[in-house]
Amino acid sequence: MGTISRGFFGRRTVADVKLPPGQYLTTDFPVLSAGPTPHIALEKWEFTVDDGTNVLRRWNWKSFRELPTENVTVDLHCVTRWSKLGTHWEGVSLDTILGGMETDVEYAMVRSYGDYTTNLPLADLRNKQAWIAFRFDDKDLVPEHGGPARLLVPHLYLWKSAKWVRGIRLMRENQPGFWESLGYHNYGDPWLEQRYSGDE
Amino acid sequence: MMWRVGTVVALHDETPTARTITLQVTDWPSHVAGQHVDVRLTASDGYSAVRSYSIASAPNAEGRVELTVERLPDGEVSPYLTRELATGDRVELRGPIGGWFVWRSRQTEPIQLMAGGSGIVPLMAMIRSRASAGSTVPFRLLYSVREPGAVFYRDELQVISSRGDSVAITYAYTRATPKGWPRPPGRVDTPFIAEVTWPSKLIPTCYVCGPTSFVESAAALLVSCGNRPDKIRTERFGPTGGRK
Repeated sequence: MGTISRGFFGRRTVADVKLPPGQYLTTDFPVLSAGPTPHIALEKWEFTVDDGTNVLRRWNWKSFRELPTENVTVDLHCVTRWSKLGTHWEGVSLDTILGGMETDVEYAMVRSYGDYTTNLPLADLRNKQAWIAFRFDDKDLVPEHGGPARLLVPHLYLWKSAKWVRGIRLMRENQPGFWESLGYHNYGDPWLEQRYSGDE
Repeated sequence: MMWRVGTVVALHDETPTARTITLQVTDWPSHVAGQHVDVRLTASDGYSAVRSYSIASAPNAEGRVELTVERLPDGEVSPYLTRELATGDRVELRGPIGGWFVWRSRQTEPIQLMAGGSGIVPLMAMIRSRASAGSTVPFRLLYSVREPGAVFYRDELQVISSRGDSVAITYAYTRATPKGWPRPPGRVDTPFIAEVTWPSKLIPTCYVCGPTSFVESAAALLVSCGNRPDKIRTERFGPTGGRK
């Protein structure tokens, strides 16, 4: 146990809610971004999958919205320590986006409008773990929260769920994205409390 | 990243709801202006709570870290830090954290700072860092506050302002102004931003910090005045959100 804070009692989370270590519950939906919120017109929006050389798949908004969608309810865990439980989203599964794609590449760099990037193993995007989400709580996703569409990969800290997403680059070597280059963990599992680079 | 123990060596109330805490930290690895720390409080039964707070002080070799904490009405950690904490107490902290919302003294471009409320804290670290590093880079600060009594670091900003050493400070009051203030209270708008911030052709780097609503509108106004989005760095916090 660390240093005791004389006279500190704290406010405990109700016992039946299981949160990752060091997180606390919130009911609102804080916004955290590194720069101005980009506003992307739907007629200019596109989403691509590329391998760094060639575009392998490409959707515009219309063709993207013709893909089958899923409704999911997931918990969000932000590295700034708030967790929000039971959030409702509609999106296209990455299993659909990447479906039938033969590749031995193991990593992905997710790219956003506004030049944000984040990296993760390709395996974390597959198997019903990740979506390109465009509706939150039965409403179109607002720009502050990543609209028109954001990545949703709730089993990792929320910075991995890139807002304003525009594409995925398949990478042979794992390279750090934006926050991963600036002191944050390369993987970011909230249950292992992988917040900062150097955390186990 | 390891936890360190800081001893409270000074406390200073900035406003009725905000307090500056000066910690002496053994083996502090120093920091860069704009970075933050995690602060951990631990109750006698082992329960602990952690929150992030921006560092207000310039980098220094003495292991001193100043935090300015705004008390949130329903906060878990900030009421303790702003009311209970006494000189001589020890708190745990780790850091410094963050490599994006930072100003380094080797930067040579003009700097535009925009603070909403307690968002002034990391920007004050930049102003102090500029002075301690002997930088002559021109800074402008637009500081948006509810009312005159809500201004942090009032005397120090007054001195900096009157010294005329290229840190130009403009206040924007949203609810109440000082007597005889030329501009009625209200949120900052495009003409005001265009008047008091750097012309975008100088390509300033802009640092915007405050509540989400302030940062959203201030960053959008900077873009509408011609500033490049990639030159605008933001740090946001909400009532339950990230920093401060």
